[in-house]
Amino acid sequence: MSQLEIYISEFSRYVIALLIVLYTCESFAVFCHAQENRKGGYVRQSFLMFAFHFSCFVTICFETEDINYLFFYAFQQIMLYAFTVLYRMLYPRSNRLVSNNMCMLLSIGFVILTRLDMAKAIKQFIIVAGSLAIALAIPFFVHKFTLLKRMKWIYGLVGVAALGIVMILGQTTYGSKLSYSVAGITFQPSEFVKILFVFYIASSLYEESGFFEVFTTAVVAAVHVISLVISKDLGSALIFFIVYVLMVFVATRNFWYVLAGSVGGCGAAYVAYQVFRHVQVRVQAWRDPWSVIDSDGFQITQSLFAISSGGWFGLGLYKGTPRSIPFVETDFIFSAIAEELGIVAAICLILICISTFLMCMDIASGMRDRFYQLIAFGLGVTYIFQVFLTVGGGTKFIPLTGVTLPLISYGGSSVLTTILMFAIVQGLHIIRQDEEEALKIALKKKRLHNQRMKRQAKEGPRQRSYPAGDEIEDEEE
Amino acid sequence: MKTKKNKNKSKEIRIVTWGFVLLFLGLSGYITYYSATHKQELINNSYNGRQQMLIAQNRRGRILSAGGEVLAQTVEDDGGNEKREYPYGNLFSHVVGYATNGRMGVEALANYYLINSNVPLSQKAGLELAGEKYPGDDVYTTLDVNLQQVASTALGVYQGAILVTQPDTGKILAMVSKPDFDPQQISAMWDELIADKDSSILLNRATQGLYPPGSTFKIMTALEYIKENPDSFQNYSYNCSGALTRGQDRIQCYHGTVHGGVNFTTSFAKSCNTSFANMGFTLDRDAFADTLEGLLFNQELPVSFNSSISRVDVSAETADSDMMQISIGQGTTSITPLLLNMITCAIANEGILMKPYVVDRVENSAGSSVKAFSPSSYGKLMEPQEAQILSSLMTDVVEQGTASRLKGLSYTAAGKTGSAEYGTVKGDSHAWFTGFAPAEDPQICVTIIIEGAGAGGDYAVPIAKRIFDAYFQ
Repeated sequence: MSQLEIYISEFSRYVIALLIVLYTCESFAVFCHAQENRKGGYVRQSFLMFAFHFSCFVTICFETEDINYLFFYAFQQIMLYAFTVLYRMLYPRSNRLVSNNMCMLLSIGFVILTRLDMAKAIKQFIIVAGSLAIALAIPFFVHKFTLLKRMKWIYGLVGVAALGIVMILGQTTYGSKLSYSVAGITFQPSEFVKILFVFYIASSLYEESGFFEVFTTAVVAAVHVISLVISKDLGSALIFFIVYVLMVFVATRNFWYVLAGSVGGCGAAYVAYQVFRHVQVRVQAWRDPWSVIDSDGFQITQSLFAISSGGWFGLGLYKGTPRSIPFVETDFIFSAIAEELGIVAAICLILICISTFLMCMDIASGMRDRFYQLIAFGLGVTYIFQVFLTVGGGTKFIPLTGVTLPLISYGGSSVLTTILMFAIVQGLHIIRQDEEEALKIALKKKRLHNQRMKRQAKEGPRQRSYPAGDEIEDEEE
Repeated sequence: MKTKKNKNKSKEIRIVTWGFVLLFLGLSGYITYYSATHKQELINNSYNGRQQMLIAQNRRGRILSAGGEVLAQTVEDDGGNEKREYPYGNLFSHVVGYATNGRMGVEALANYYLINSNVPLSQKAGLELAGEKYPGDDVYTTLDVNLQQVASTALGVYQGAILVTQPDTGKILAMVSKPDFDPQQISAMWDELIADKDSSILLNRATQGLYPPGSTFKIMTALEYIKENPDSFQNYSYNCSGALTRGQDRIQCYHGTVHGGVNFTTSFAKSCNTSFANMGFTLDRDAFADTLEGLLFNQELPVSFNSSISRVDVSAETADSDMMQISIGQGTTSITPLLLNMITCAIANEGILMKPYVVDRVENSAGSSVKAFSPSSYGKLMEPQEAQILSSLMTDVVEQGTASRLKGLSYTAAGKTGSAEYGTVKGDSHAWFTGFAPAEDPQICVTIIIEGAGAGGDYAVPIAKRIFDAYFQ
């Protein structure tokens, strides 16, 4: 390495950290401004995202001394850029924070996957490209296809059937039955069923949310959760459970359901712990991984080594040994990021996820239509809870459940599902703005009508003695 | 648009949102805290492959004495092979330790700093060009080469341990354990060492050796007696007939000496066993157990290096015959030289224990500071008045008691001797001395154990004198 390269590889760590910090700041600054004043922030975000992505790949080229990585980078950049531009053309009113954050997280994912395993990164790139293409159509579909509210039994049945097939037929991947193959492509249905499940709960509860509705959905939810537990997919089971409880909470506005859910959940967890050995193993490996470092605690301790060795600014790309963690590119990608890009970047990554979640919640609370509100809320919670499970599990904050970090981890089903989820949220955001527009027009009409009535009432006896003062006041409102 | 509230604006969504935000704040805080505080511990784990990466990238740093003499360094021979050199040979064997076939001593304690390199960027580029490894960071210890040499020579061919510390900082100035070894030869003698199960060469006797405390334990008994009789302990008196019997058990003063009438001070100075056994009968056993607990018996010591746990078994059920043995430091009680030294330091430092430490600071190869360790207090082991009383008792041991070989020197010393009987043969005893000087303003604290030598006053005290002389000359 030449002197120049040493300086570049030393400083690139700080540059990369700085760019991601600035990006994160922008993604929270957005919330401080009114809708109309957010454009500058979004433009700055796009620039920072580009700069981050570019500096990471320049570093990769320096470290590997292989310029070909730049071509791969160019493809990624073109794809993300084309997606952003097309999206804005097709949906001028889409939420740019959600799509920016989505692209930023995808970039981070590409960078770390390229560093970990080029072949997997290319595979991921192809799946992302396809997913983004599908995502272009989704908001339109959500916007126009109002029948969505009426298909609750389809969602429920398809979901249960898909999980059931996996449970019975599914091939075993590392001790848990998670996927099946159709025409050579391996699917992990629990990922897609997450969306169906949210739709099922929303369509069941948006009109009526009395005890009967809650009870029937509880039965269906229980079937989902139990079949996942039997398939040993504990992480997804937990996600379905939490999403169900929280959606019921929002739909019924009754805190007692949360309490009942928590008590029931704790009871079920206790039973699962007693009955299933794989649950006991996970809990043991969480409480004291050091005593089982050779076997069940190996993954988590390797992950802790990775996280602790990075320091604030990381060891730099290719400078660490994240590959010593088994399944690093799916379940432990956060640890790889913490090791090579540093704790600062890793915390920023978490914050970007939170910013996306906050925007989903903002969209949800702005929705006037109860059904859409529940969907936005449910998808947001699904997303953030999955982030919590994977980050918390990989850092020994909670027991390990083995779910992916959405948009970043390697895994086609996972990334496709997450992109679809955000596309649906975009569709909801557009619907919300329609709602607001309609409301605005309705309000205006009403106000004009009121004015006219008022004026007529006034004009009667006084004969137009007052000039236009009234009107000016109204317009300022 | 604020005029009309959305009827769906939901308090529940807000609650859930804040719930998740708080959860993630907790998670982020945890990750930051965990990674910042566990870095060293994790990198030293043998399952962590990153250690190998650092070893391949950096040349292991040097270990130096407080005065800057090199105690360990890595050099390259003509063939380009790295070799760890220990210029003082056996002298620092246990305290500096070794770094092949596992790690020990400072080599283990400061491994993290030794394998990391904070070489300045400008130098890094040059080294990279020359195809050389980065020099690891240098670790400066608190050790004093001269004191270590004096202590080691004084112990001679005996087995045992010597610990020299600074009571007001906790700095370890010398630490000798014998039998010793040449760390450079450790690989060559490894198989032999492992094969011989009885060999205790690798054991650092100063921190891990467990010995019967003998008469040095009278410090603890005296402290408890003072605590229980704060106003009347001076009025204590006893008539020593040279032996005392309780049930089946019989104890006698060293070599059967009859001390006659003794008070509190002379009992301690002359180390009268029967008088202390007599004192022991009067003690509240629960309170004594608490006091011993407070003096760090039966627990891990607050030090960063390996140490053994000193044991004493006192409870409400302890019989008089056992109490008799415990009060004079015989029976099942065991202590490490390290703990005895720490208690002595606390007495010398007005009751406050400073945590003993051996790694003083870390510097990069260019000499700028990477990390500095400062003295830290563990807390109070006893009240200042109690420390004052014990200190004057220990001064009397020198002035009129068993450590009179330290009398009339240019400095005033204070201390306690011990002759701890061991094994079944009557008369075999380890020689102990623990003490400090100058008594009025203690600067160093010395603890000595010589295995199987005989009386502490005859064998351990002269060694203490040589160490004090070397320090104060």
